[in-house]
Amino acid sequence: MLIFRHQDGQKVASPEQIQVWMKQTMDWIGGIAAQNKYSGGNGLPFEDARVVRHDKVVTNGPFGDIKETIGGYIIVKADSVEEAVEFAKGSPVLQGEGNTVEVRRIAREDGIH
Amino acid sequence: MVFTDIRSGHALKDMNDRELIPHLFRTEYSKITAVLCKLFGLEHIEIAEDIASETFLSALETWTYNGIPANPTAWLYAVAKNKARNHLARHRTFADKVVAQLKQSQEPQEMEIDLSVRNISDSQLQMLFTICHPAIPTEAQIGLALRILCGFGIDEIASAFLTNKEAINKRLFRAREQLRDESIRIEFPAEPEIKDRLEAVLTTLYLLFSEGYYSESRDPVLREELCIEAMRLTSLLIENDQTNLPAANALLALMCFHASRFKARRDKEGMVVLYDDQDETLWDQELIAKGAAFLHRATKGNRVTKYHLEAGIAYKHTAKADTKEKWDGILQLYNKLLVIEYSPIAALNRTYALSKVKGKEEAIAEAEKLNLSDNHFYFTLLGELYKGIDNATAMDNFQKALLIARTNTDKETIRRKIKDLQLQAPR
Repeated sequence: MLIFRHQDGQKVASPEQIQVWMKQTMDWIGGIAAQNKYSGGNGLPFEDARVVRHDKVVTNGPFGDIKETIGGYIIVKADSVEEAVEFAKGSPVLQGEGNTVEVRRIAREDGIH
Repeated sequence: MVFTDIRSGHALKDMNDRELIPHLFRTEYSKITAVLCKLFGLEHIEIAEDIASETFLSALETWTYNGIPANPTAWLYAVAKNKARNHLARHRTFADKVVAQLKQSQEPQEMEIDLSVRNISDSQLQMLFTICHPAIPTEAQIGLALRILCGFGIDEIASAFLTNKEAINKRLFRAREQLRDESIRIEFPAEPEIKDRLEAVLTTLYLLFSEGYYSESRDPVLREELCIEAMRLTSLLIENDQTNLPAANALLALMCFHASRFKARRDKEGMVVLYDDQDETLWDQELIAKGAAFLHRATKGNRVTKYHLEAGIAYKHTAKADTKEKWDGILQLYNKLLVIEYSPIAALNRTYALSKVKGKEEAIAEAEKLNLSDNHFYFTLLGELYKGIDNATAMDNFQKALLIARTNTDKETIRRKIKDLQLQAPR
C-alpha cells in the first residue's frame, strides 16, 4: 500500500491546480495499471474530515497537533518492496516539498501486497 | 429495429434473387428457430432447428420452379407453422410433453405458433439471455449465438473461426448438451438478476463483434455480417425497456464507431488499411452520429463501464486530426480503462497514446515495464516508438514482432512497417 502523506493539509489549491494533480495522478496510476500491478485506491479529501480523540472529543480535520495528514492511498501488486518503492517514486504527491509516500505491506495470508 | 432497417430497408430492394435467398435464410431462420424453441422448450432445440431448416428446403424447392412469392417472409412463416403443426400431430408423445409443459389443454394442431414481430423479438431476446448463461463457456455461447440467433450456416461459422465444419458441429453439439444439462429455461431473467445477466450478454456480444471485426476470414461479406448481427442483437437489448441500460447503449455506441470504418479499413484486395492510411471520406458519418446518440444515452446512470470508456476512445478516433488534445483525452480514458480492467492490448494502446502526449522517450521507458514480451503487438509498438530515435533498434523490434506474429494480416502489417522503415532510412 502506498500512502500519500501531505505536509500541510490546510493549504487550499485552486480548481485548476487540482485538475492538473488529478491528471498527473491518473497518468501515474495508469502506468501502474498498464503493468497489471494496480489493485485499487482512493483519494481522501480533506473536507469534512474529523478527528475523534482519546477523550471522545471530536475536532474538525485531521489537522492541528498532527503535522502530516493522509491525502489518499493506492494498493499495488508489487513482487517486492523495492518494486513498490519504484512505483512510489513516480507519485505526483512527491512534487510537494515535505510530502512523503509511505510504502507499507498489507497483512494477508496469501502473500505480499 | 435500428440495424436491420439499415440493411433490409434499402438493401432488400436492390438485392437480386441470388443474394436475397441467403439473406432471408439467415434472418428468418433465426426468428423461426427462436419462436419454436421458446414454444417447445430448450430440450427440443434440435427439433426447432430442423423445422426451420426444412422450411428453407421447401422454399428452395418451390421457389426454384415457381419463382419467389410476393411476400417471401409470410410464405416462410406459413410453411414453418404447418411443419410445426405436422410435427406435433405426427409425434403425439412429443406434443403431449410440450403441451403438458405449457399447461394448456388445447389440441396440438391448434397450438398457437405466434410469428408476430413482437413475439419474434421477445423470443430472440429470451434466447439471447439463455445462450449467454454464465454456466455455458464463452466460446460455446458465441457459436450458439451465431447458429441460433444469427442463422449462420455451419460452414460460415467454420470459415469465420478458420476451422472446419466437424469442429464447429462438435462445439455446437456440446453447447446444446450443456444448455440441457444445466436445465436452463428460455425466459427473461427476473428483475433483480437482469443487471448481472446482462453483463454476460454484453460480453458475448462484444466478443461476437470482435470476432467479425478482427476475423482472419477472407470473406469480407461474412466478416461484416458478423458485426452487423452483433449490432442487431445489441439493438434488441436497446429496444426493450428492461435491458435498455447505459452499458448496453455504450456497447452499441462502441460498435457503431468501429463499424463506421468498415469501408475504409480494407482495400480492394482485402488487405487491411491501417487507421493512419485510411481515406476518412469513406467513414460512415451516419453511423458515427448514431453512435454518438447511443453514447449520449449511455451517460445516464452513475456507473462507468469498460464499454463507456472504450466507446469514448472510439469516439475520439472518429476525428482523424492528430492533435495533442485528442491524444490526451485518449490517454485519460485508457488510464481509467486499465484501472477498471487490465488487458494487454489496452496497456499497449495506452503507451502509444502516452507517446503522443509526452513524447517517445517517456513512452519507451513505460513500454519496457509492460512485461509483454510474448505479444507481437508489444514489439510492433516498440518498433514504432524507436522509429526516428534509433532506427536499428526499431528494425530489431519489428523483426521480433514478425517472428511471433501468428495471423497473416498481422504479419503483412509488420512486413509493411519494415519496408517503410527500410525506405525511410536505408542502411
